[in-house]
Amino acid sequence: MSPRLVPAEDDSTGRRPDTPLRVTVDGEPVTGVAGQTIAGVLLAAGRRAWRQGPSGAPRGVFCGIGVCFDCLLTVNGERDVRACRRRARDGDVITTQSREAGR
Amino acid sequence: MRVAVLGAGIVGAACARELARAGLTVTVLERGRPAAATTAHGEGNVLVSDKGPGPELTLALLSLDLWPQILDEITDRRPETAHAVEWDPKGGIVVATTGAGARELERFAAGQRAEGVTAEPLDAPGLAAAEPHLTRDVTAAVHYPQDAQVQPAGAATALLADALDAGATLRTHCEVLGAVTEGGRLTAVRTSRGTVHADAFVNAAGPWSGGLAARLGAPVDVRPRRGEVLVTTPLPPTVFHKVYDADYVGAVGSGAEDLQASAVVESTRAGTVLLGSSRRRVGFDDRMRPEVLSVIAAKALRLFPCLDGVPVMRAYGGFRPYVPDHLPIIGPDPRLPGLWHVTGHEGAGVGLAPGTARLLADLLLGRTPSVDPAPFRADRPAALGSPPSAGGAA
Repeated sequence: MSPRLVPAEDDSTGRRPDTPLRVTVDGEPVTGVAGQTIAGVLLAAGRRAWRQGPSGAPRGVFCGIGVCFDCLLTVNGERDVRACRRRARDGDVITTQSREAGR
Repeated sequence: MRVAVLGAGIVGAACARELARAGLTVTVLERGRPAAATTAHGEGNVLVSDKGPGPELTLALLSLDLWPQILDEITDRRPETAHAVEWDPKGGIVVATTGAGARELERFAAGQRAEGVTAEPLDAPGLAAAEPHLTRDVTAAVHYPQDAQVQPAGAATALLADALDAGATLRTHCEVLGAVTEGGRLTAVRTSRGTVHADAFVNAAGPWSGGLAARLGAPVDVRPRRGEVLVTTPLPPTVFHKVYDADYVGAVGSGAEDLQASAVVESTRAGTVLLGSSRRRVGFDDRMRPEVLSVIAAKALRLFPCLDGVPVMRAYGGFRPYVPDHLPIIGPDPRLPGLWHVTGHEGAGVGLAPGTARLLADLLLGRTPSVDPAPFRADRPAALGSPPSAGGAA
């Protein structure tokens, strides 16, 4: 399945395109709209992968429902946040995680 | 000679491989899918550290020699399959947290050293260098460099694939229903997919082998012993060995029905940390018990305080095949010629599978046994015991 943006009127999460928000990912600004999950913001911005599996293969949103733990990120200093389960807030400081010591 | 191996877990897979590579005609009958039950619900332990002097340690040392040889052979034929075994000779570190525990651990390690196990005492700086995130609140620590870990389903799959390459046949979703005997000898088994004839039948059904043996008319006392494991989210490197509290050895050796729990902490290749372990005798009741998981987590946190706040992304549990004297059953069943057992390895089946398979092949083929088979014989009192009911078994 490839990610696509659901029209706001059909989005049961209550996405509000009139209320933009801005987060940073590893220091880079990324914009989204209120109501989106962090995964939603990243996918809509064209980011598909932000972790690596043990083999080096890319990892991002796999299940989208909080089960697979493949979409983990650090949000405002809290590590191992599932991007698909966390609503994005304006100003969120998001960093990607790696398995290298000290991250 | 035609051999039917009953069960495609790690032990059945190792036996099928050993026998097929020895030139026998092997059929593996599996009730469900390969490596889907006990094998898939452990941690993939290949351990000598938890075994005191005795026949199980002898079998473990043989298996420890065989595992790398087998993986080398499979690597030559199927490099990707061998890679999926995730063989990791990470070594084990056993720690004691009390004065009495320290004395017991030192005594235990001295006994192991006398049998050829490498067991190196670690002083505080050595321990801190080996496991920087481990609590400093320990009274003794011993490093066991021979301990290793595999991804158990990958390991069983590799063994089975190598058996099939050598000509073995696998039948899945094939449940053994009963015995066909001629003149007191087991000559065939009736299954959900028809009757299967062979010259020897190898009971490798793990915790269900007691019920399977009862169906065939020669019950053995193998019972399920439940265990649970917690899995954290993938972490940066935090735990470098298999680290466990010395009271794990006491829990393994216990026969108590109530909960036995001790801290066992290790990483996997994927970066997750596995937190074990529990032992409960609750039959085949597979319900998750939050209070058990919470005991496991609390004990793991005592060893690794840095895990506080780390998310646990799942928990799983399984059944170990348990014999009251804590020794596997390996060899022919003298009550029913044609029936052989390779079962009762409790939590050590992955580690002991290659040695078990080698000993079985020695006995089946009339070779000099690689280890003394007497302690594992099927007609010892502990193995005959009072059989579990056949209901819900096999």
